Amino acid sequence: MSSGTLYDKVWDLHRVTELPGGATQLFVGLHLIHEVTSPQAFSAIEEKGLKVRCPKNTIATVDHIVPTINQSRPFEDSLAEEMLLTLEANCKKHGIKFFGIGSGSQGIVHVIAPELGLTQPGMTIACGDSHTSTHGAFGAIAFGIGTSQVRDVLASQTLAMTKLKVRRIWLNGKLSDGVFAKDLILHVIRLLGVKAGVGYAYEFAGPAIELLSMEERMTICNMAIEGGARCGYINPDSTTFRYLKGRINAPSKIKWKDAVNWWLSLASDQLAVFDDEVKIDASSIAPTVTWGITPGQGISIEEQLPTIDSLDPNERPIAKEAFAYMKLKPGSSISGLPVDVCFIGSCTNGRLSDLQAAAKILKGKKIASGVKAFVVPGSEKVAKDAEKEGLDIIFRSAGFEWRKPGCSMCLAMNPDKLSGAEISASSSNRNFKGRQGSSTGRTLLMSPSMVAAAAIKGEVNDVRKMLKTN
Amino acid sequence: MNPEPSFPLGIITQIRGKCIVMRGSDIDTDRIIPARFLKCVSFQALGEAVFADDRTQLKGEHPFDLSKNQNASILIVNENFGCGSSREHAPQALLRWGIRAIIGQSFAEIFYGNCLALGIPCVTTTEADILQIQNTINNDSNENWSLNLTELKLKNPYRSWDIKMNQGPLEMLISGNWDITSQLLNNDKKITDTIKKVPYLNNFIPIK
Repeated sequence: MSSGTLYDKVWDLHRVTELPGGATQLFVGLHLIHEVTSPQAFSAIEEKGLKVRCPKNTIATVDHIVPTINQSRPFEDSLAEEMLLTLEANCKKHGIKFFGIGSGSQGIVHVIAPELGLTQPGMTIACGDSHTSTHGAFGAIAFGIGTSQVRDVLASQTLAMTKLKVRRIWLNGKLSDGVFAKDLILHVIRLLGVKAGVGYAYEFAGPAIELLSMEERMTICNMAIEGGARCGYINPDSTTFRYLKGRINAPSKIKWKDAVNWWLSLASDQLAVFDDEVKIDASSIAPTVTWGITPGQGISIEEQLPTIDSLDPNERPIAKEAFAYMKLKPGSSISGLPVDVCFIGSCTNGRLSDLQAAAKILKGKKIASGVKAFVVPGSEKVAKDAEKEGLDIIFRSAGFEWRKPGCSMCLAMNPDKLSGAEISASSSNRNFKGRQGSSTGRTLLMSPSMVAAAAIKGEVNDVRKMLKTN
Repeated sequence: MNPEPSFPLGIITQIRGKCIVMRGSDIDTDRIIPARFLKCVSFQALGEAVFADDRTQLKGEHPFDLSKNQNASILIVNENFGCGSSREHAPQALLRWGIRAIIGQSFAEIFYGNCLALGIPCVTTTEADILQIQNTINNDSNENWSLNLTELKLKNPYRSWDIKMNQGPLEMLISGNWDITSQLLNNDKKITDTIKKVPYLNNFIPIK
């Protein structure tokens, strides 16, 4: 059993009591809600005559269903409009702060909470969305929950949870040029598999992690869930504090020193005990792309797709399914694979630094003819900051569409979808069958820079070669 | 789909009925219920949409469309079932189609918890037993199966298999305490006590 880890410390602090069934009742410091997983939860508490226990610790925005071209109300899609109306009404009724379209702070829930300084070290954070693990980048314990649990948090600000084990993933070395946090996490998931994290929280640590910016750390923790780990985190350090300082909801000047001291005390102890540990060399990681239908089916740009025989027997059935669905040949090269759609955005890679990295590749270039490319900033603030730097102009001149913030084609609960068997180069997090809105659509996950490189050539290629010529 | 299914309530010790087999590992919640069906403010209509895209592709040959599987209540799966998104719409869709219990090698964590909150036990057994159960269902009349949580057995009229479930969730189901909201609310004073000791809700005043 783990001890002395950040996970243990934060867990103990938020433990309300032990429940008869053996679960722990855990206090939730910050509850994030959105339009998809909350309406049924509000109905459920109202049916029982209950109120929201801590409306001030509950924050709402709208992200999954918003269109990214025309956001004027009412939305063209009446179901989407109904969902937003329901959320607005629920927030108003229960006194919950709601960041709506045009507020200047609307965006993907996992983008806006950090940028508003709401996400802080040492918190427990829950949201009805599996990518809540993102907030672990700050040294918070953050996890996705289902609608019944959203109901429980609304009603009691607590959850019945079972404590996870802790696996430390120690990353040695440093990422080389043209290799990003996205490549790192795709590489980790490829090595450990998509189910290895079930029952675990992942602590990402080591020299390569310490060098990452907060936005890169968010990309890492965001995809912990794709490795099966409901929660991923990174110990807070000076990078974390620098990011937080001065943000609207960060501790004020008077409280800052006490806050930092407390945050520092939360980091896993030198002698902390982990249930498991793996060590990975980050310096040898190359740009990584998924070829299959799970985020664990990834390879480096330099490699060929696996042959069935080369795979572990347990992996063969899903690999065969993936080859058939993706219409790809075992042993063929991923480099040179033509793409139809290029998507930059999502809670994984829709932040300012992601857009900057892609714009650096696209500057002065044009995307290949026949490729549809669009960029969806993760929030209104990301969009504004990017526009201030002229990134929108770089994207537009290259042939990308510059869209309005939302989840967009990461999950296609809005008008942004693949059609037919189109292949997308996507900076999002899931390549599941049908994920991007077409039941035969195909998704290749990669970093925003790699998406930009794919857009220019019209095919998957190694972005490092473009960096050299720039 | 089951006509007017009655939803789980109170003490859950036994689920009887037909089994339905979904082969394959890592079946994610996007496949169980594609995202476009999440556009709703109630779960009511989800039953018909379960595995919608997979079913369209298999043109009537999908397990959830085969006539022999209609009215089945026990779903047999392989490894890491329910991975991906936290959408409770996935177990809700299975529930509303008629599923009342799931047996597999392993389950994704959020999915498992979502099922428990709806009173759907997710129980596990070995790969070898799953294979044997799947094959038995194919050869069997597939009418009289029962999953017994107190005995931890899956039975048909001819034989039985051992199944496993973690003690906590198991006790919640067999004691009828799986609808957790009221239990949580009972500890309101302790919740208030916790709020008072969390530094970030108390101006970060150092703990003495």
